[in-house]
Amino acid sequence: MKVHEYQAKEILRSRGVPVPRGGPCFSAGEAVNVARELGGSRWLVKAQIHAGGRGRGGGVKVVDSLEAVHNAADEILGMTLVTHQTGPAGQQVSRLLIEEGVDIARELYVGLVIDRSSQRVVVMASSEGGTEIEEVAARSPEKILKTFVDPKTGLAHDEALDMMRKLELDPAQAEDGARFLSLLFEAFWETDASLAEINPLVITADDRVIALDAKFNFDDNALFRHPEIVAMRDTDEEDPAELEASAVGLSYISLDGNIGCLVNGAGLAMATMDIIKLYGGEPANFLDVGGGATTDQVTEAFKIMLRNPDLKAILVNIFGGIMRCDVVAEGLVQAAAVVKLKIPLVVRLEGTNVERGREILEKSDLDMITATTMADAAEKVVAVTGN
Amino acid sequence: MAILINGTSRVITQGITGKTGQFHTRNCVEYARGADCFVAGVTPGKGGQEFEGIPIFDTVEEARAETGADVSVIYVPPPFAAAAIDEAVAAGMGTVICITEGVPVKDMILTRDRMRSSDTVLVGPNCPGVITPGEIKIGIMPGYIHTPGRIGVVSRSGTLTYEVVDQLTKLGLGQSTCVGIGGDPVNGLKHLDVMQMFNEDPDTDAVVMCGEIGGSDEEECAQWIREHMKKPVAAFIAGVTAPPGKRMGHAGAIIAGGRGTADDKIRALEDAGVTVTANPAEIGLAMRQAIGKD
Repeated sequence: MKVHEYQAKEILRSRGVPVPRGGPCFSAGEAVNVARELGGSRWLVKAQIHAGGRGRGGGVKVVDSLEAVHNAADEILGMTLVTHQTGPAGQQVSRLLIEEGVDIARELYVGLVIDRSSQRVVVMASSEGGTEIEEVAARSPEKILKTFVDPKTGLAHDEALDMMRKLELDPAQAEDGARFLSLLFEAFWETDASLAEINPLVITADDRVIALDAKFNFDDNALFRHPEIVAMRDTDEEDPAELEASAVGLSYISLDGNIGCLVNGAGLAMATMDIIKLYGGEPANFLDVGGGATTDQVTEAFKIMLRNPDLKAILVNIFGGIMRCDVVAEGLVQAAAVVKLKIPLVVRLEGTNVERGREILEKSDLDMITATTMADAAEKVVAVTGN
Repeated sequence: MAILINGTSRVITQGITGKTGQFHTRNCVEYARGADCFVAGVTPGKGGQEFEGIPIFDTVEEARAETGADVSVIYVPPPFAAAAIDEAVAAGMGTVICITEGVPVKDMILTRDRMRSSDTVLVGPNCPGVITPGEIKIGIMPGYIHTPGRIGVVSRSGTLTYEVVDQLTKLGLGQSTCVGIGGDPVNGLKHLDVMQMFNEDPDTDAVVMCGEIGGSDEEECAQWIREHMKKPVAAFIAGVTAPPGKRMGHAGAIIAGGRGTADDKIRALEDAGVTVTANPAEIGLAMRQAIGKD
C-alpha cells in the first residue's frame, strides 16, 4: 500500500525524524491558512499524488507571498499531473502539502528496501540526492553505499555514522545524519514498510539534517496489524477497476490492450498475457481469480473487464487442480448469461474433470469458442479481435 | 531417491484441524504411498485427538518425538505461519514446506535470520509444495497430472507449474521431483538451491525451470548453471508483458527500479546455455529439445 508524502512525513515526525513544518490542505483557501500559520516568507506548494516525478511535471511550486500560495494552490489543485510514474493518463491532484521553505546546502539520497538475496533490509545512501536513484545506480553504482541490517539488532549507530562519514558530512552533521538514519530504520521496521525513500535528504544552510521529501510503501500482508496505516489509504489514487476487483478477492491490473484475460494463478496469468502478445494480440489486463473462481467471482470479473470500452474479446484460461473444470464451466455459463456477454469469449480449460467441463460449455447456448491448449486459445482470441 | 522427499519421508501437518489443512492432508494421504507417510498432525490445544486416524499433538516437538517425522507441512493462517516455521525448525525437522500465502515479509526476515544456524531446509511460503510422483505428494497440487520419471521441475508459481507438468506428462516425460518454491520475496529454497540438488540427484536427467519477473534469483541461478550444471535445462520466464512498478499477484513479482525484467532473466539463461522458450505452451517441447529428443 502506498501513502502520500504528507502522510509519510506525519509518520516520521511522530517518531522524531526531522521533517519540514507543514500541513495538508484541499483548497486554495486552506492553503493560505496553513501557510499563514507556518509563518515565514517562503513556502512550498506540493501536489500530493502517489506517483513520483511531481516536480518536473509542474506539481511543486516555491512561492514567497501568501497571495502566491493561493495562486499556486489554485493552479495545482485539479490539474492532471503526468509524470514518468503515472502513465500517459496522469493523475488528478486533489490534495496539497504546504511546507515552510528550507535553505538547502546539500542534497543526499537515502532509501530502504527489502533485499531478497541477503533477506535483510538494506539501507542505501548516496551523495547524489535529488536525482533519480535508478539513474545513479545505472551510471555509477559505486556512489550508492549499502548497509544490510541485522534484524536482531536493528541499524547500529556505528554503521549509520560510517555511512554518513563516507558521504563527507562534517562530524556534527554526520552525528545528526546517523541519528536520522537510525530513527528512519525504526520507522520502517515498526510499520512493516516495504520501501522508504528520502530523496532528497538535505543538509540545511543552518546545519540541520532534514527529510525534504518522503515516500513510504507498506507490505500488504502486514496491514492487518497496522490499522493506523490502513486509515491513511487514499482510494482516489487507485485504479477503480483494481479496487473493485480486490474487494471481491480478485487480483486485477489494467493494461493497454483489448483482450481481457481471466486466469487462475498469478504465474499462469502472466504467461497468458505473454502468449497473447506472442501471437500478435495485446492483453487488456492481468486478472488472477485465485484458487476459488466461484460463479460470483467470475461474474464480477466479467463485469470489471467489460467496463473497459476498448475490450474486443475475453480469454479464459483455467488450469483446474483443486478447482474442478466442470464447476468452472458452470460458473462461466452463468456469468456470461448474467452480464449478457456480447463480445467473443474464448475458453481454454485443462485439468480435473476437463471433459465434463468442455461438455457443459459446448451444450450451453452461449456463443463460446473452446480451445484445447494455451497456444490454440491465444491464436483463436487474436483471430477474433482481427489483429 | 529424487530430491527433498520420497516414499520413506515421514510427515507432520501443522494446522491439521483447519479446513485447508484437513482437505489437503486427505488428498495427500490418498496419493501413492501417502498413507504411510503422513504420520501426525499438530494443532495447539488439540493434542490427543485424531484426524481420520492421524494422531494430533500440541507441539511439533512432541509429534516428532512420538513418530520420528522429519518433514513438516504448514497450512496455518498467515499471522501465525512464521511462528509455525520457527517451531518446526526448533524441533529439528529436516524439511519444512510452508504453503500459507500472505505471510508478512518482516516475519520471514526474522524467521530466516533465526534459521542461519540451523540445517533445516525451508520450501516456501506461498508455494504449492513438493511432489515426487508415484511416491509422495506434500502440498496442494493435483497429483494425477504427474507421472514418475527423470525430469526435475522448479517453479515460483502454482498453476503455471501444473501447466508445465501436464505438458511434460503428455509428451511422455515423467518427473523426478517437482518443487514449487513460491512467489514471496523472502523465502526458503531459491531456484539456485533446487538446481544444485537436481544436479547431484542420480534420478534426475534434466530440469525445467519456470521463473517470473522480480528479483534476481533467476539471474543468480543462470550464473551457477553456466559454471556448474551437468544436465540440460529448459526455462520459461513469465511476465515479458508486465509493466514496471505493478505487482503481478505474487508479492515478489514486480519490476522495481528497472531491475528484475523478464528480458534480463531470459538473456542470462540463454547465455548460460539454457533452452529458453518465449511460448508458455511449448515449455514441454523446449525440454524435449534440450535433452536432444527433437
